[in-house]
Amino acid sequence: MTALAALVRRDVKIALRVGGGALIGVLFFLTVVVLMPFALGPDLALLTRLGPAILWLGALLASLLTLDRLFMADHEDGSLDLIVMGRVPLELACAAKALAHWLAAGLPLVIATPALGLLLNLDATSTSAIGLTLLVGTPALTFTGMIGAALAVTLHRGGLLLAVLVLPLSIPVLIFGVAASEAAIGGFSFGAPFTILCALSLISFVIGPFAAAASLRHGLD
Amino acid sequence: MTLLDLANPTRFLTLTSRLLPWLAGLTFVLLLIGLYQSAMAPDDYQQGATVKIMFIHVPNAWLSMFVWGVMSLAALGTLVWRHPLADVAAKAAAPIGACFTFLALATGSLWGRPMWGTYWEWDARLTSVLILFLMYLGLIALWRAVEDPSRAARAAAVLTLVGAINLPIIKFSVDWWNTLHQPASVLRLGGPTLDRAFLIPLLIMALAFSLLFLTLHLAAMRNEILRRRVRALQLKQASQLP
Repeated sequence: MTALAALVRRDVKIALRVGGGALIGVLFFLTVVVLMPFALGPDLALLTRLGPAILWLGALLASLLTLDRLFMADHEDGSLDLIVMGRVPLELACAAKALAHWLAAGLPLVIATPALGLLLNLDATSTSAIGLTLLVGTPALTFTGMIGAALAVTLHRGGLLLAVLVLPLSIPVLIFGVAASEAAIGGFSFGAPFTILCALSLISFVIGPFAAAASLRHGLD
Repeated sequence: MTLLDLANPTRFLTLTSRLLPWLAGLTFVLLLIGLYQSAMAPDDYQQGATVKIMFIHVPNAWLSMFVWGVMSLAALGTLVWRHPLADVAAKAAAPIGACFTFLALATGSLWGRPMWGTYWEWDARLTSVLILFLMYLGLIALWRAVEDPSRAARAAAVLTLVGAINLPIIKFSVDWWNTLHQPASVLRLGGPTLDRAFLIPLLIMALAFSLLFLTLHLAAMRNEILRRRVRALQLKQASQLP
């Protein structure tokens, strides 16, 4: 347990320090959201209507952008080999790494959401609904994305291949995240899509670490 | 003759070279019978002649899922038993499966235009099949991105098994959500609701398409084995260059 806690602490520390690059995700998120009014025109009513979709898309792309770093840096300096050979089960170590990655790169996106909601003319209920769905949904993005990150690091390929592999897997999260946000804003039943979103996150907690560990174990040499 | 005997690629090549002409001939005959029966099937009282798209659309849709299932079994063969032909089977199946999925989507959209008034609708069944298509393409991209086939095989196997979660979602999407796509009418509890005049040609076509897949898959596996041999010879030749 202490080993896993140490792993989480180490990863968060590395990500937040100079050269970690976790906060670049938030900056990217901000930029994507700021770009939208230029593309759509500064029509506040339209931005309100598209707000949940814009925020979710921005968060999805931002979390995709930072996924490369999940295993790549550790692979380059050799610490990934130590983790693979270590006494801690690789599945748990992967889960700990993903948790740390979410704390450093996913949680800031959720925290930034209220400020970005203001830019999109969203009221308090809408912003809190979107924030809540992002809080529940971004872990699913990180844990499914981890599978792609593990495949990419074993193949020494990143970038576009990672995006192509991960994006289809994240479509369900996007669908139910946006559906739950819009249900809360429109006053429909918020419970059904939101619980499905929670279920997707829980499923990804189980599948992500196992698949990532399997691909690391079979792929690294 | 067990699955393990087939692990020897040479034995596999000789067996399939004897088997393939028969399979191809049988596929051809069954396709002819199926197409004739489909053409002779009566028009639907509501849909008219467009119902005949079903005889192409439904087998393609079944096969699109079946091929992913075959690839998942092959992925288990790669990861668990390290069967030497499993990754060849998985690699050869991916483009064929992508073709079946594309044809299912294309014929479905041609059928949707006169029946639903739209080529495309973002309902659960159509969306989940589109995701399946994207995953096929991603898998092919993964195979093509890595030079060493055995390395690519293990990565692709993990991705295939993760993608297999999509199969039950596709199958049950019409029951779980209110979709424009009609619910299952052949493979369902309580027997098929389809009339015999449509059911029999459909089943013949499904059998013919399955045999078509088997034929194409075995041929593609042969090609892949031969391609790997050529690659190995070329590598050997290159290493002997002064």
